[in-house]
Amino acid sequence: MGFFLETLFGGLMVGMLYSLVALGFVLIFKASGVFNFAQGAMVLFAALAMARFSEWIPQWTGIESRWFANVVAFVVAGLIMFAVAWLVELLVLRHLVNQKGATLLMATLGIAYFLDGAGQTLFGSNIYKIDIGMPKDPIFLLEGMFQGGILVNKEDLYAALIAATLVAALSLFFQKTGIGRALRAVADDHQAAQSIGIPLTHIWVIVWCVAGVVALVAGMIWGSKLGVQFSLTTVALRALPVVILGGLTSVPGAIIGGLVIGVGEKLSEVYLGPFVGGGIEIWFAYVLALVFLLFRPQGLFGEKIIDRV
Amino acid sequence: MFYRENGQFKTTYRADQQVFPILQDRVAIWALLAAAFVVVPFLASDYLMRAILIPFLIMSLAALGVNVLVGYCGQISLGSGAFMAVGAYGAYNIFVRIPGMPLVPALLLGGLCATAFGILFGLPSLRVKGLYLAVATLAAQFFSDWMFLRIKWFTLDTPSGSVSVSNLQVFGLPIESAASRYVFCLAVLVVMAVLTKNLVRGAIGREWMAIRDMDVAAAVIGIRPMHAKLSAFAVSSFIIGVAGALWAFVYLGAWEPAAFSVDLSFRLLFMVIIGGLGSIMGSFFGAAFIIVLPVVLNQVLPALAGLVGAEISTVGISHAELMLFGGLIVWFLIVEPHGLARLWSTGKQKLRTWPFPY
Repeated sequence: MGFFLETLFGGLMVGMLYSLVALGFVLIFKASGVFNFAQGAMVLFAALAMARFSEWIPQWTGIESRWFANVVAFVVAGLIMFAVAWLVELLVLRHLVNQKGATLLMATLGIAYFLDGAGQTLFGSNIYKIDIGMPKDPIFLLEGMFQGGILVNKEDLYAALIAATLVAALSLFFQKTGIGRALRAVADDHQAAQSIGIPLTHIWVIVWCVAGVVALVAGMIWGSKLGVQFSLTTVALRALPVVILGGLTSVPGAIIGGLVIGVGEKLSEVYLGPFVGGGIEIWFAYVLALVFLLFRPQGLFGEKIIDRV
Repeated sequence: MFYRENGQFKTTYRADQQVFPILQDRVAIWALLAAAFVVVPFLASDYLMRAILIPFLIMSLAALGVNVLVGYCGQISLGSGAFMAVGAYGAYNIFVRIPGMPLVPALLLGGLCATAFGILFGLPSLRVKGLYLAVATLAAQFFSDWMFLRIKWFTLDTPSGSVSVSNLQVFGLPIESAASRYVFCLAVLVVMAVLTKNLVRGAIGREWMAIRDMDVAAAVIGIRPMHAKLSAFAVSSFIIGVAGALWAFVYLGAWEPAAFSVDLSFRLLFMVIIGGLGSIMGSFFGAAFIIVLPVVLNQVLPALAGLVGAEISTVGISHAELMLFGGLIVWFLIVEPHGLARLWSTGKQKLRTWPFPY
């Protein structure tokens, strides 16, 4: 039982991080109908920027404080992501209004290739580390109830906390601010939003900026866990089942989907993996999502798809 | 002036419904085929054939398969690399496990393995549509990546799933030289392309296109969505599987599961979108573009860097290549979202009306 709970907790922590990446997908899809395959590349790009600036800033300024370097690097990387968002809107999306879903998907794949190349050209292609001072030591919970308690990685706990904070902040932003209301209006109906004077192009830039910040936070956390390297882009591919499981248009769906996938992945790896040779995490998530989709084709919380002739 | 159908009267249904209704087109295509079969093998250098022509032919075949599914039936698939892998490893198992198995049946049986796999992973398409389906097909991709890496039976217990074939023969003739490989691939491609063209302009092709344009409406007028979608998955994955087997046997020779990664699936989808969805000709254009572009960039970039006096490292070139590749794709989608095939037909139309454009 203790071991089961331990796996469950591990899954929930990972799931929280998946939902962070998935959130980026959902935000952009809701606001602009673009399925943004570049989210993974954005995560890598943001993480690279942050890692390199936190390395360079002490060299340039001579201030050795790690907190100072990290905060400045975070801000600079955030500004870079804003610039990326603005450029994507200016150079790509603006010209692809009213195209089919497949074309837009391909365009974001093109952006993904570009960002992969640009990030590694600008910031180098080695493995870098982001050190934001997360404690690495494990802690034990519920020692009274089980023999030896449940081992939980403190780093995972902090990461999950950061993710949860970001999600809460985002939902506040969406519910309480004027921009958030405009974003929700655009997500509901493009034409209606435009007709009451909400500028679509501005909204798109803002949404891509928010997605950029989400990517930056995801990249920061994943980067400090795994090291900043090219394989970070695959994190996005692993977050995709989360998106379709939760529904392409639902923010809560992204979070709950992330938790379901995270738990499912870990439990399957531990209890099912040994029978079939291990390493099943990567496709199990997809199969799990597919099984859900067979019963609810629009995902758990997605808007009902109504076909009319 | 020369490209006119004036005076070419059709007197039979057969003549009216042929693939190339205009005489000039027929002449051109026969000339092109003759040149490809007879002239190119003697003139092209070994490098040209191995690095460009053979990959182009095989990828055209694969793009053809993807086009059947994505372009004609409208089911976006990101699992094409998996179908290629299943074709390759299926053909490999049949070729190695059955002694004395000839190459061509092995390739076709490999294609049939891919068909079975494709139908299995096509089943969700009956329920899941659009972008959801696109993501769902990634399941096939990751499942096959895992399967050929972890299940040792498929790869005859070789470490990390890397296998190789040698001594390929077709009808007793060895295909070792670049020219013989080229001709073999070309022959397979031509046969498959003719079959596909006839499929898509027949009853089943119309069913696919009806499903693509609006599946509910198609179902209302009596087209069975299950039949149409699954047959599209079957035909498409058969063609992709054969292409995968060719890619492995004829082009690579020795390969491992990473040769058929998700990147390949993306590239195949690029080919059909850049070439033109729902166009046989487009598959060839797209494949040419995606195959030739990296080769050209690889040659041009160092030269360009030399001009401005900068030295680019190999890593730098590969990154710049990624950037340019991505940038060009975006640019292309913006200027011609309907693909190269549309440019081609626009050009033909211009030629027909030239010199009076009305």
